[in-house]
Amino acid sequence: MRTAFVTQLIEEAKSNPKIFLLVGDLGYSVVEPFAEQFPDRFINVGIAEQNMAGIAAGLASEGYIPFIYSIGNFPTLRCMEQIRYLVAYHNRNVKVIAVGGGYAYGSLGASHHATEELGMLRTIPNLIVAAPGDPEEARLITKKAIRSESPFYIRIGKAGEPDVHEESISSYNIGQPIPIIAGSKAAVLSTGAMLAYCQDYIRESKLNHSLYSFPIIKPLLSDYLVDLCGKYDQLITVEEHQLSGGFGSAIVEQINDLYAKKRIKTYPIVRRIGIPDQFCSISGSQKYLREINNVVLSDQPDQ
Amino acid sequence: MNTINSSLQLSKQIRELCLNMVHKAKASHIGGALSCADILAVLYNDILKIDPNNPEWAERDLFFFSKGHACTALYATLASKGFFPIEDLNTYSQDDSLFLSHVSHYIPGVELSAGSLGLTLSHAIGCAIAKKHKNQDARAYCLLSDGELNEGSNWEGFLFAPHHNLDNLTVIVDYNKIQSLDRVEKVMDLEPLDKKFKSFGWNTMVIDGHNHDEILSAFQTAPNNQRPCVVIANTTKGKGVDFMEDTIKWHYKSPSEEEYNSACEQIKKM
Repeated sequence: MRTAFVTQLIEEAKSNPKIFLLVGDLGYSVVEPFAEQFPDRFINVGIAEQNMAGIAAGLASEGYIPFIYSIGNFPTLRCMEQIRYLVAYHNRNVKVIAVGGGYAYGSLGASHHATEELGMLRTIPNLIVAAPGDPEEARLITKKAIRSESPFYIRIGKAGEPDVHEESISSYNIGQPIPIIAGSKAAVLSTGAMLAYCQDYIRESKLNHSLYSFPIIKPLLSDYLVDLCGKYDQLITVEEHQLSGGFGSAIVEQINDLYAKKRIKTYPIVRRIGIPDQFCSISGSQKYLREINNVVLSDQPDQ
Repeated sequence: MNTINSSLQLSKQIRELCLNMVHKAKASHIGGALSCADILAVLYNDILKIDPNNPEWAERDLFFFSKGHACTALYATLASKGFFPIEDLNTYSQDDSLFLSHVSHYIPGVELSAGSLGLTLSHAIGCAIAKKHKNQDARAYCLLSDGELNEGSNWEGFLFAPHHNLDNLTVIVDYNKIQSLDRVEKVMDLEPLDKKFKSFGWNTMVIDGHNHDEILSAFQTAPNNQRPCVVIANTTKGKGVDFMEDTIKWHYKSPSEEEYNSACEQIKKM
């Protein structure tokens, strides 16, 4: 996904002289092509994410489109106040990119597990929060972010995520789910890099579930949720994130409000798959850490 | 009337308007507003390339006011320079007013809201980079308080700006020696502050922050060495009102009727 992101960014930067890329001394073997092609629009700010976010806000105030790039918690939690105040309150056109969402850097430990940032960032007004599910979605969201003047957060994985979309996505509204598998019984709603896993699970277990990808978790367009609630009596949200405050929470909040406002007649069963309020201090692959932290699908409703 | 007299008059008016605002609103932070009044007067009278009739002029100099709690000084300056009517200041801190008690970018002429200390310098650095990238002959100025130099984020910026040759950036430190709960030297000593900046690679000037000649001269000095400038302005908190000067109390207190009248009399005689 990170290669898809940087390749798309380079394509865009060829025709858009406003794009800057700022990195926090990370991105080895990823960001070099951008730095080589656009040396006057690339800054390695050093290991100083608060400064990086503030500089980006200043560049954006002068009409530029700065992307800030680092791992997981560093361009997000470390500079949360700069993002909230300098970027979002002033509505600056800054794009925050975190690589290594969830347990992508599993063995590097809790410092590198990005498992709370979606929840923290989605409470901030003006900020669009994205977690694309495969390389094609990473390209799509990068394009969308550049064509939007809103501040964006984009959580991407690392390298080697399988392609779920076989063709490029030609039309997409910010905040809509993308249908992946058509089933009838229940719908799995996936965000971020869980997408390929969900697809494989549904196919291999021969469940008759539908699958939707949510590359954007804020905003969530309510018309699409009304439609989902009309079609399915059970929704299963899947995210590589704490259960509290994340994608599943956002879905439940919106469905609750739709029900309270009588925009949906029945309240579907919503099962939420995510991390049950715990840190992980055990080494392991991304797949292993997902398993021991309950970020797995099961046909047992009481999991 | 020569330039210096004019900035002196402006500084006097800034102080009067600050007192009016904090008195009417029963607000805090008059001490820190009075300490930077002379710096603002010289900047807005003699230095900044700005147009009150066109606050968004693309090639203007940019002034960032990081000690947002002392906003009355900036509001008073901008009103005095014609960015908006002076009467608008009467709404300061009242219901439904845009004149918040921390500086707000919704006010014409204010580049950036500020209130949380330690955020503004990086933004100013981003603007200085942008001006260079556009080949604009404009400068970014950033006024910091002394207390906010406790914030580590500022030191990220102090490292960055000389490394990237940002010679179109000037930082001013309003060094009034008092922060929120105690004197700076007792809370978190900054000394030797000039040596710290010099060792970081900044063109460093130390001035009397109430002497308009020294302030003007500092801003007119820009060595051609691709380095940013820092002006350490030694100031007095509450400058101009004897019972407010150099006291912690006037970081918080709002003047009573009697104190307000006395303060106004003293400012008139400055």
